[in-house]
Amino acid sequence: MTTLPRSPRPAGPAPAPVRWTGRLSPRASFALRRTGRLVASLLIVVLASFFVVHLVPGDPVRAALGPTAPVTLVENTRADLGLDAPLREQFTDYVSGLLRGDLGTSIQTRQDVAEVIASRFPTTLALAALGFAVALAGALPLGMAAALVARSPRGRVADTVVSGGLGVLIAVPDFLISVGLIAVFSVWLGLLPPAGWGDPGSAVLPVLGLALGPMAYLARIVQVEMVKVLDSTYMATARAKRLPRRIVLFRHALPNIVTATLTVGGLLLSGLTAGTVVIETVFAVPGMGGTLISAVQTKDYPMIQGVVLVFALMVLAVNLAVDLILITVDPRTSISEG
Amino acid sequence: MKRLLTPAGIAASLGAALLLFLVLAGPAIWGEAAAERSVADRWATAGGEHLFGTDDLGRDIFARVMTAARLSLLLTAGATAIGMVGGVVVGLTAAVLPRYPRRFLVWIMDMLLAFPWLLLVLFFTVIWGATATGAMLAIGLSGIPNLTRLVYNLASSVSDQDYVRAARVAGAGPLRVLFRHILPNIANPLLVQASASASVTLLAFAGLSFLGLGVQAPEYDWGRLLDEGIKHLYTNPMAAIGPGLVIVFAGLVFTMVAEALTPGQGLRGAAAAGRAAVLPRAGARPAPVGPAAGDRTALAEVTDLTVAFPDGAGGLVERVRGVSLSVRPGEIVGIVGESGSGKSLTAMALAGLLEAPAVVNARIRRFDDIDLAAPPTRAQKKRLGTELGFVFQDPLTSLNPALTIGRQLTEVSRTHLGMGRARARDRAVAGLDAVGIAEPHRRLGDYPHQFSGGMRQRAMIGMALTGRPRLIVADEPTTALDVTVQKQVLAVLRRAQRATDAAIVLISHDIALVSGFCDRVVVMKDGEVVEALDAQRIREEATHPYTRGLIACLPDMRSDRTRPLPVIDDLPPGGPAVADGARGGDPAAGTRTPAPREESSL
Repeated sequence: MTTLPRSPRPAGPAPAPVRWTGRLSPRASFALRRTGRLVASLLIVVLASFFVVHLVPGDPVRAALGPTAPVTLVENTRADLGLDAPLREQFTDYVSGLLRGDLGTSIQTRQDVAEVIASRFPTTLALAALGFAVALAGALPLGMAAALVARSPRGRVADTVVSGGLGVLIAVPDFLISVGLIAVFSVWLGLLPPAGWGDPGSAVLPVLGLALGPMAYLARIVQVEMVKVLDSTYMATARAKRLPRRIVLFRHALPNIVTATLTVGGLLLSGLTAGTVVIETVFAVPGMGGTLISAVQTKDYPMIQGVVLVFALMVLAVNLAVDLILITVDPRTSISEG
Repeated sequence: MKRLLTPAGIAASLGAALLLFLVLAGPAIWGEAAAERSVADRWATAGGEHLFGTDDLGRDIFARVMTAARLSLLLTAGATAIGMVGGVVVGLTAAVLPRYPRRFLVWIMDMLLAFPWLLLVLFFTVIWGATATGAMLAIGLSGIPNLTRLVYNLASSVSDQDYVRAARVAGAGPLRVLFRHILPNIANPLLVQASASASVTLLAFAGLSFLGLGVQAPEYDWGRLLDEGIKHLYTNPMAAIGPGLVIVFAGLVFTMVAEALTPGQGLRGAAAAGRAAVLPRAGARPAPVGPAAGDRTALAEVTDLTVAFPDGAGGLVERVRGVSLSVRPGEIVGIVGESGSGKSLTAMALAGLLEAPAVVNARIRRFDDIDLAAPPTRAQKKRLGTELGFVFQDPLTSLNPALTIGRQLTEVSRTHLGMGRARARDRAVAGLDAVGIAEPHRRLGDYPHQFSGGMRQRAMIGMALTGRPRLIVADEPTTALDVTVQKQVLAVLRRAQRATDAAIVLISHDIALVSGFCDRVVVMKDGEVVEALDAQRIREEATHPYTRGLIACLPDMRSDRTRPLPVIDDLPPGGPAVADGARGGDPAAGTRTPAPREESSL
């Protein structure tokens, strides 16, 4: 027990000394719960990617090779994939393969799955990261401005326009936004290439197609949070100090919308990770998404297993990163729920 | 079904009827044209005979879009049904399960929700393959976690209601409770949700077919037509834009149906909110022009202050009417009144802190030589920021939770007094020290949530002291605190006043507290000043029945403890008069003259 020096002044209730009561601090228990969830999620992901082949009705190898494939080929492929071994052995083989970075061989192309993924992963990652950066960079100013506009006495019309525009972007799915972008910027204006990847010009449309929907959604969240913050007493305190407007907005308001923005932003980012599948197909971007789609179409199960696993891991990594950032950024205990 | 008779409801009904018509009659009307091949006509551009052009076999794309409505919408309905049934079954099961299995089920669903929905769809698509039925199952199943969460939340909120508890106490089993009491009460929100999720499902289906994972040739739905169209985007953009527009339209119809079924939300709710925010023109009356005859010795003053707010129906509600108040240097003025008497608004207006939507008018409203009615210049802002301190009622919300105490206490000196970091910190330490916070150096690094309520309020006073305060407005600074802490905070405020010789405006509903602390007391009621008195002689000089009533409520040593304390006999505040826009020409229009009432002594 620490003894606090007695103050002759009205010191008020002293800060409670930290005492071990058997209960964890909110931060530690948050970290613990999220770690538990991460481990369980990992388990589910591995189990799911293993069992997906077994869940396919009928014979997956026959389905993959087609009805005309000779019986010997089917049997050989089955042996190659290890599907003739007992289930338990298959699972241990699968997990030990995962730990060694061995994801198997494609049924259709005979390529090493891990190699294919390694060559395509950077593109998908770059697309997702750029998309998220654009969404975040656009959503914060848009949402804050929308909140300020909504509060200003004459901002009714502007507010309706902004809210309506955001609403449309939220409601229209990414593949339609992308088709619209191609129609306007490639076909009509001829400014940007409609497909491809590699140079900055060809990245613009895919990134926008991926980012616009999440950006609008995030801007809405920012707007709602910002309105709440602007109405709070501490903002009145900041105004009472007659601080310059930029300090009131960026120092006093911005940090208070970060938690909600990040929480929702994290969900969007994991959604956006999966969204690359659609965008890559529309714009012919050579990433994992295109690989996944063609693998599903040709029933190339080892390839599907590998790519789905990597996508799921990306999602878990994003969720983990958001949690870690939340713990560091948020000084309060608003992390108590969830 | 009255809700469907609003414009939004009518639009939703018309849209739904159109979609239903396409499902029933689309293939019969356009089916033939959609299948008719014509090599001569292939890749025709949009316009003329072919509204959306033709495809590579010369088939009319518009006819194909109309024909595809049946398959697209039936698949949507199927997937939505799978999702809804699954969600309702799992969600309701979770709601009636015992504690631990319930938690486990909810936990699993939450974990599935952490995965993007598209990833789940792709996973399920793998199992059943890239076919129409496979896609329907995949989309339907992927919707289950989200819908389960929703159903579970709805059911839990209902099962906490008294009538459900009563049914349980009366011996109804879980199934009976479920079907008789819970399900009927969540049916409407579920219907809304079904429509909303149909919209999402439709778009998802289009997306999946577009990716080549849904409906396969020779069958076609809207997504597939979009996919085929996009290949000819350069020659015939309508081949892609046409199906795209139809997809968006159908999605919009489902959303509109959901909104029309939701009471008080969606478009109409937003429109109502919009009307509420419109400021009336006639209601805001101009400040009466008159000689600026004020108390020249006063540090701060308002004359004929009026504060009004929009009432949501286009008019204005006056919360403060014709209040005049002046504060001399170093004077401590108390404002007393019950909640809704306008005392806080008067103080906020005196400090120039009221913003839109508040409508503030006054003949004079100044702090020293600064006219608070005009936007302040830079130099004036600097003076207002340092010379005028404000302490709010609730210390738990008046400090910024995201910034350290040190940051918040150095801001004024750094921004307005041009101090460097070190000097500003010294000043903040002095400020905290002056309000009796121990170890001020260390405490500067704390966040507000590490301070107790009383400490936060003292920090607020300390914040005012980091400027060069000439007036501190304290709006019920002790109301949110418990009694012992109240005394400390008042003592700190008193010491701060003596040290800086600043004037204080202290707002409270507690006439005893105010008369003990202040030089002068202003009593407010229903937005008007009832009387102004010398604090020392308040018991003798109070003449207004309301003030006398307030004083009579205070027990003292002579109170007869065998009798109940008197109560103020009056209607609750809150029904202040409406300054009707139509009668805006007359400044006194609609205001109610508060009739003096006898206080009843029981």
